[in-house]
Amino acid sequence: MSKIKIEKALKKYGDHTVISSLDLDIRDGELFTLLGPSGCGKTTLLRMIAGFNSIEGGDFYFNDQRINDMEPSMRNIGMVFQNYAIFPHMSVRQNVEFGLKQRKMDRKEITERADRFLKLMQIEEYADRMPENLSGGQQQRIALARALVIEPDVLLMDEPLSNLDAKLRLEMREVIRTIQKNVGITTVYVTHDQEEAMAISDTIAVMNHGVLQQIASPKEIYHRPSNVFVATFIGRVNIMDGRYDHESRILRLEGGYEMAYEAGFDSQKVLVAIRPEEFEMSQKVGGLHGVVEDAVFLGLNTHYHLRLDNGERVEVIKVSSMEESYMLGEDVYLKILSEKINLFNEDGSVNLLMSI
Amino acid sequence: MKAFAKRRLDSWALITIILLLLYLVFMVYPVGNLLIQSVIDKATQTFSLDSFIKFFSKPYYLSTLFNSFKVSISATLLALLVGTPLAYFFTAYRIKGAKVLRILIIIASMSAPFIGAYSWILLLGRNGVLTQLIYSISGIMPPDIYGFTGILLVFTLQLFPLIFLYASGALKNVDHSLMEASENMGCIGIKRFVKVVLPLITPSLLAGALLVFMRALADFGTPMLIGEGYRTFPVLIFNEFLSEVGGDDSFAAAIAVVAILITTAVFLVQKIIARKKSFTMNALHPMTPKELKGIKKVFVYLFSYGVVGLAVMPQCYVIYTSFINTKGMVFQSGYSLDSYISAFETLGNSIQNTILIPGISLVIIILMAVLIAYLSVRRRNAATSLLDILSMIPYIVPGTVAGIALLSAFNSGIFGSGVLAISATMSIMVVALVIRRLPYTIRSSVAILSQIPISIEEAALSLGASKMKTFFKITIPMMASGIISGAILSWVTMISELSTAILLSTYKTQTLSVATYTEVIRGNYGVAAALSTILTVLTVISLLIFMKLSKGEDLSI
Ligand SMILES: Nc1ncnc2c1ncn2[C@@H]1O[C@H](COP(=O)(O)OP(=O)(O)OP(=O)(O)O)[C@@H](O)[C@H]1O
Ligand SMILES: [Mg+2]
Repeated sequence: MSKIKIEKALKKYGDHTVISSLDLDIRDGELFTLLGPSGCGKTTLLRMIAGFNSIEGGDFYFNDQRINDMEPSMRNIGMVFQNYAIFPHMSVRQNVEFGLKQRKMDRKEITERADRFLKLMQIEEYADRMPENLSGGQQQRIALARALVIEPDVLLMDEPLSNLDAKLRLEMREVIRTIQKNVGITTVYVTHDQEEAMAISDTIAVMNHGVLQQIASPKEIYHRPSNVFVATFIGRVNIMDGRYDHESRILRLEGGYEMAYEAGFDSQKVLVAIRPEEFEMSQKVGGLHGVVEDAVFLGLNTHYHLRLDNGERVEVIKVSSMEESYMLGEDVYLKILSEKINLFNEDGSVNLLMSI
Repeated sequence: MKAFAKRRLDSWALITIILLLLYLVFMVYPVGNLLIQSVIDKATQTFSLDSFIKFFSKPYYLSTLFNSFKVSISATLLALLVGTPLAYFFTAYRIKGAKVLRILIIIASMSAPFIGAYSWILLLGRNGVLTQLIYSISGIMPPDIYGFTGILLVFTLQLFPLIFLYASGALKNVDHSLMEASENMGCIGIKRFVKVVLPLITPSLLAGALLVFMRALADFGTPMLIGEGYRTFPVLIFNEFLSEVGGDDSFAAAIAVVAILITTAVFLVQKIIARKKSFTMNALHPMTPKELKGIKKVFVYLFSYGVVGLAVMPQCYVIYTSFINTKGMVFQSGYSLDSYISAFETLGNSIQNTILIPGISLVIIILMAVLIAYLSVRRRNAATSLLDILSMIPYIVPGTVAGIALLSAFNSGIFGSGVLAISATMSIMVVALVIRRLPYTIRSSVAILSQIPISIEEAALSLGASKMKTFFKITIPMMASGIISGAILSWVTMISELSTAILLSTYKTQTLSVATYTEVIRGNYGVAAALSTILTVLTVISLLIFMKLSKGEDLSI
């Protein structure tokens, strides 16, 4: 139950700057996800919030309290570590109860709470085992139970589901989400699974090289990525060179495709980002010509890879149907759903549609 | 850096300061005091290098240095020659009874060297049983055991187990595929051992060799007993110090300083070589012992059993003689427990001391080692780095020198003030043992702690446990098993320690090893044998407990 505010955070390891001047606001009770490629500094930032990393500059607040100098044990946080960090010399139950014992609850309540979370995480049958022989997924759930059971003000999770199978991952995702919402725990969640991020988050922050690229709702991140990095990192996207002509209100693609386009910026070279489902594909002549090189049937959808006349490859997704399907080597024509696409400036750093 | 200023003032900072103070008082001060003494002329109280000049200008003194080097280098080479093939045989071939042999090797290495020397005198000395036997059979007197040969024999048999242990540890990390690869290329047998295996284990052999060399160089009891005219450096230090007490201690101090300089140099040279050659190995599939056939089998068995037999023979013979009726230096006919009875009558205290002094030391060592390891792994800063460096100094201070330094530092209290005048008490013996043994325990604790991910401690902190609580409830329990097995090894080396104990103990505080040594010197061979047997039993029991607890893990010495 606290909001988190970070101002001008700076992190260095020796001379190596990992995070420089990062600002962040996390609302009370929201599930905030840090998403980014490996090595971009997610764990580093999380550990700064937890108090385990030194802070080379900037200010960190929980609500209005500056926490830079506060002991980690006083911050009332729950943390799920990337490598689980299970206490190897304690049984599963003792692991889960550890935090409760520090809070000097009475024995009965400790047992009850621990039982509830062991059950929620589906590890009650291992309660009295030592953790060393449990699988990675089981250990991860101990770590989750241990962090959740204390109902902290702030929950920090570093890829908490990375080692679970697909089914368990979905179930645990729900459990985390439910507890988090019911208790109203402000949660910072680190992952590099974008689908998981989409499903669970109130807000997503996409990070690269220690810099936050965009902070927005999952929907916005997907539909209005703030730059090409975010567009390519979240979901699939085709990036094409093009040129927007303001006088004639026409957008020309490199491959020779033209379409009417109404935008409020000057004529310039642009990068056009088109998600695979933002194409309309048919055999009818007209539009961008391509040849089917590959088709992957995935049930609901079919993914096509096409080779355009200028040699570029694009990916197109179509809802599968019995009647309609395309053969390898077949000629097809693409139309672009212009209301959905995004346009970026030439170096890809700014979404032109957002800057107006 | 505001964040840091505040953090540093936690309980760990206080512990750092206390530890630094302890080192200052019990190590920096005594060693510094020794250094100063060595360059001060007692009569005029002025700076003078006379003692050093005296040492380096007299062949009589210099020759001891030469002798020490000669015997230590020879012993190191021989130990390598014996220990390395033995380790290879044990790893590469299936040898019946290997497990028992291994235990015997460890036991042999853990006993006090001077007992080995004493026993070899009984066996091969002028009136030794073997000497007599050989003479009566062949009519020829076997070569003299005293002097260089005897010391070398005792050192080699005593110290090759160190090489064996280091080499075994390294061989465990040599992947089987490497052996097969070289076999594919037509490189087998001795050639493969020399070209492939040996280079891989060289770093470990170097580390082992350093240890052997240092021990040989610093050992005092062996040359004292079996050396006769062959005077080594520690013997010189001991004699000079004893004869100079109350007189010119500047000279004894100067010799001690020379000793420290030499060991420092050796230590540094080894560090440099080891750094150049170091690489990490990790075997996915260690070598599996192969079955042996024919003449090779005979040779391997003869070598393995022969070496181990020689190594444990002195111990066994001493145990045997402890049950013989004895009068002074002469063994009579018939067996009895008389030696034990008179041992217990005259020396009741020393058994208690042997348990009490190392016991107290052990508790202090464990506590300090864990704290220092934690500080230097988890809280690295200028102060803890200093602590780290200070804690390694005892590596290069030979036992006899440490004893002298402590004695002269605390004889009349710190700087002669009467404060901490502990020179005739049990405390000074505890201090000596702690200082000498601490670096080893610190090193193994550091190794254990580095294996534990820091996030486990962080997890405890995040769950609301304080730093101290985290340390005691999480860190210590996780380190416990490793520390306990290390502690038992420390214990074993401490109960048979002689070179400082002989200087520091009084009649009231004497230990079993000192008592044994004294009885040997006095010529009460029966009592000496009984005492030595008791010591051996203590050692073996401790080692068995160790093996039980460590479940076959590596010995780190
Ligand atoms: N203790 C450290 N000392 C030096 N550099 C470090 C340290 N910890 C992390 N780094 C570096 O900081 C950068 C960010 O690391 P971090 O662990 O935060 O990445 P991450 O985003 O969590 O990656 P992953 O998704 O792989 O877990 C990396 O380049 C890493 O090498
Ligand atoms: Mg990470």
